[in-house]
Amino acid sequence: MTITGPAGSTGLGQDQAATEGDTTGTGTVSRRGFLGFVLGGATLVAAAPFLEQPPAAADGIPTVPQPAEIYDLNDFLTHITLPTSQLITISIDEDGGASFALPRAEVGQGITTSTAMIIAEELDLPLEKVRISLAPARPELLFNQLTGGSNTTISTYTPVRVAAAVARGALLAAAARLLGDNVDQLVTKAGGIVEAPDGRQVTYAELTIDAAVAQDRAVEVQLPDRPAGRVVGTPQNRVDARDAITGRKQYATDLQVEDAWPTMVCRAPTLNGTLRSVENLDAVRDMPGVTHVAELDFGVAIRARTFGQCIDAVRAVEAQWEDGPVAGESDETVLRGLQASQLPLPKLPSLPLLARTVNHDVTFYFRSNSPMDTNSAVADVRSDRAEIWSALKSPVVAQAAIAEAVGLPVDKVTVNVVQGGGSFGRRLFFDGALEAARISKAMGVPVKLMWHRADDARAGRVHPMCTSRIRTVLVGDEVVAFQQSLTSIETDFRHGLGDALTAFAADLPTGLGNLGFSETVFLLTQEVPYNFGAVVQTLTEVDQRFNTGSMRNIYSPDVRAASELVVDQVAAAVGKDPYEFRRSHARNPRVAAVLDKVAEEGGWGRTMEPGTAQGIAIHKEYKGATACLVEIDCRPETVGRQVRDAVTGPRVTKVVFAVDAGLVINPRGLEAQMQGGINDGIALALTSSLHLRDGHFLEASWDNYFYTRQWNTPPEVEVHIMPSESPQPGGAGEAGVAATFAAVACAYARATGTTPTHFPINHLEPLAFEPKTFEPPIPPSPTNGLRLTY
Amino acid sequence: MPTQTFRLNGETVTVDVEDDVRVLWVLRDLLGVTGPKYGCGINVCKACTSHVNGRAFNPCAVRVGDLAADDEVTTIEGLPATVGAELHPMQEAWLEHDVAQCGYCQPGQVMAAVALVNKARREGRTITDADLDGIRNICRCGTYTRIREAVVDGESRM
Repeated sequence: MTITGPAGSTGLGQDQAATEGDTTGTGTVSRRGFLGFVLGGATLVAAAPFLEQPPAAADGIPTVPQPAEIYDLNDFLTHITLPTSQLITISIDEDGGASFALPRAEVGQGITTSTAMIIAEELDLPLEKVRISLAPARPELLFNQLTGGSNTTISTYTPVRVAAAVARGALLAAAARLLGDNVDQLVTKAGGIVEAPDGRQVTYAELTIDAAVAQDRAVEVQLPDRPAGRVVGTPQNRVDARDAITGRKQYATDLQVEDAWPTMVCRAPTLNGTLRSVENLDAVRDMPGVTHVAELDFGVAIRARTFGQCIDAVRAVEAQWEDGPVAGESDETVLRGLQASQLPLPKLPSLPLLARTVNHDVTFYFRSNSPMDTNSAVADVRSDRAEIWSALKSPVVAQAAIAEAVGLPVDKVTVNVVQGGGSFGRRLFFDGALEAARISKAMGVPVKLMWHRADDARAGRVHPMCTSRIRTVLVGDEVVAFQQSLTSIETDFRHGLGDALTAFAADLPTGLGNLGFSETVFLLTQEVPYNFGAVVQTLTEVDQRFNTGSMRNIYSPDVRAASELVVDQVAAAVGKDPYEFRRSHARNPRVAAVLDKVAEEGGWGRTMEPGTAQGIAIHKEYKGATACLVEIDCRPETVGRQVRDAVTGPRVTKVVFAVDAGLVINPRGLEAQMQGGINDGIALALTSSLHLRDGHFLEASWDNYFYTRQWNTPPEVEVHIMPSESPQPGGAGEAGVAATFAAVACAYARATGTTPTHFPINHLEPLAFEPKTFEPPIPPSPTNGLRLTY
Repeated sequence: MPTQTFRLNGETVTVDVEDDVRVLWVLRDLLGVTGPKYGCGINVCKACTSHVNGRAFNPCAVRVGDLAADDEVTTIEGLPATVGAELHPMQEAWLEHDVAQCGYCQPGQVMAAVALVNKARREGRTITDADLDGIRNICRCGTYTRIREAVVDGESRM
């Protein structure tokens, strides 16, 4: 079969997949047929369509399945890639290696490694001969270039496999012509070699030109449901590990783009305040190293020979500012606004006389998703074209926004995706890239924009403050209703997911298409994993004045921590052990299995010293299940331990975590993601938050914003990866957070006898730091470094 | 413009720049040595940790004019040469434990770990849990568990 024109015009869908038995191996291997393409060109290029993943099956009995059980956010994120998926291609290079420009962002989650593994497996190549780069913004990909929701492997696994298998088939066909054998007598051997029955061999490198075709050609390939496992499923180190620890890995601010000199911004003292006028523009321009100063609505941009000189110049700016929209507001006033917006919990049906309720309300304060590598971008905006370099999870949306902002057609704006030094939700947006483009245009020169740490913490996006109200109704010892109402400052989803939700609204399950973006995301991710009778979870969002975004795992950490605290209270109310109660109410066998695993491996129920306790919690999301058992030490001598400029407090001393992520591509990468998620969960429970006072966030340093540090991290951490027969990979990047947060919350409540009503637990204590100035907006560079050596 | 001279990764370098520019920017912006990362600029996050005369220091907090001509600055790029190998044993340990995630803080983590082991040795002891608890280098990916394992492993390889 030969097709002409772009391979994308065939409108492929899941109907091309067929299942058949294959009994040629040692046992029956279930195989499916997929249609792929060999694209016309000088060398071998293979392409594949995305195939729709079937929705997850629901298995709840007394509780009616919630939307997320039938069709969740990952189904949606996979669904929206369908129309453009055939544009995903793998090339075989002249040295016999494979190249793939991944249309996703690598920010530490390990997708360059896992994607290389999938290709290496299907092509019988060593991992080091698979080269993964990050594709620049490709507008024709529409929604298929959004990195989020831990969806990369879920949505790209099958197309990448199919494209690799198409390439392998084309290599075999070329080898058959060269060797004069039938294709089905040839085998590929690890290392990129094709071998005939008589032992004659030919390398991929020798075949790549012969395997090329003049015109696009559709081919069918057969894939077993699960790969053989030569590479997939084996623990592999990150493909960029060596570059990272030798200093060779490049992030946006490491790029050497000609004339793109260091640039920083002097910002308003109140959040989102705007520039009225600068009083000493000439003096700032005359400072050492400074080349350009530009006035923009968001602040005064300064370009200099070094970032150090930018810092000095930012601090020297004397300006008048318009107050931002939250001037005068503080945590207390925002919380009062949230509480006033809380909808009443749904009316209960008439209940028997003996019904009782267990209620618990929790407040979650603002948190920062700022990574180590601050908002940064290189921008070179000319009159007729522009080029941007930045770590971007939504480069297509960024490209359109930048084009509009600098007044250029989209096709004149090249947006390169650079590896990011962390994301945690932050890089779903492109604040740095957009600012850099506007500054470059205003100055007329290329710039390398870097946000100061203080800006990244104070003016960067935050996870919204929210409240959770839960009411459970018990009749006798049975939970007959569970109601949870989350009221939150608005979460901004206008990074492309919002556009996708609008475009595909008609495809969403009945009713969901009419909801707002955030409510849709909420309903597509949330699920109470217990048989609790009538379950209702609702989200109300208010107040659009803050710079928000989803933080790692979006709503789930807060929702699950609040829920699991109540589960412990309900268990106590009916006289049941927290583990036994969860086990007997778990609605899903995968959840029950991970729960059993942590209880067994973690020695649930062992005798603990007073002031210390275990906590246990579960979570179901990302096509998988997680459970966490922690031990916490809340004894005064531990809580009061002293570390300079630090928050110590309760110490989580041990974490036992189990994850069922379906088909695991790279167990070592999965373990790393869980370990990272564990530290996030601990931070959310115990130490990390932003304080809003008088119109601005106070935190301006890593010694103000208390993410988990070595003195907080658990000395003992075990991650157990559950064996799985599933043919489908689950998500990993965010899966470690929610169960850990919830388990730490529960352990803290059991150790102290007090169920927290706010998180993190230290938020209302006296500030553990002296806030840095707001004018100037960034702190001075220290000079005492030579006295602090060790 | 003043001229600054110091030793960097085994070679003498001379740069035309004002005395008060911090060493981090001289390295990154003028010399193109980008292994030391910016994470805060106020000697808190430790992402720029490098060595001066064999001791850990943070170049974001040192004026270039405060370096003497014979002060030896070692960044992650120059660490392997200090042991005459392709990789320092601590880097080998980092690879063995696949510590890095996003990798941004890891050059600083490795440089801090080497200095910590050397400090403990000067004090005639080995790395303790208290030493590990006291490492201030922040890792927002939360690679702390593997950092702790790698430091102890790297100590045994050094």
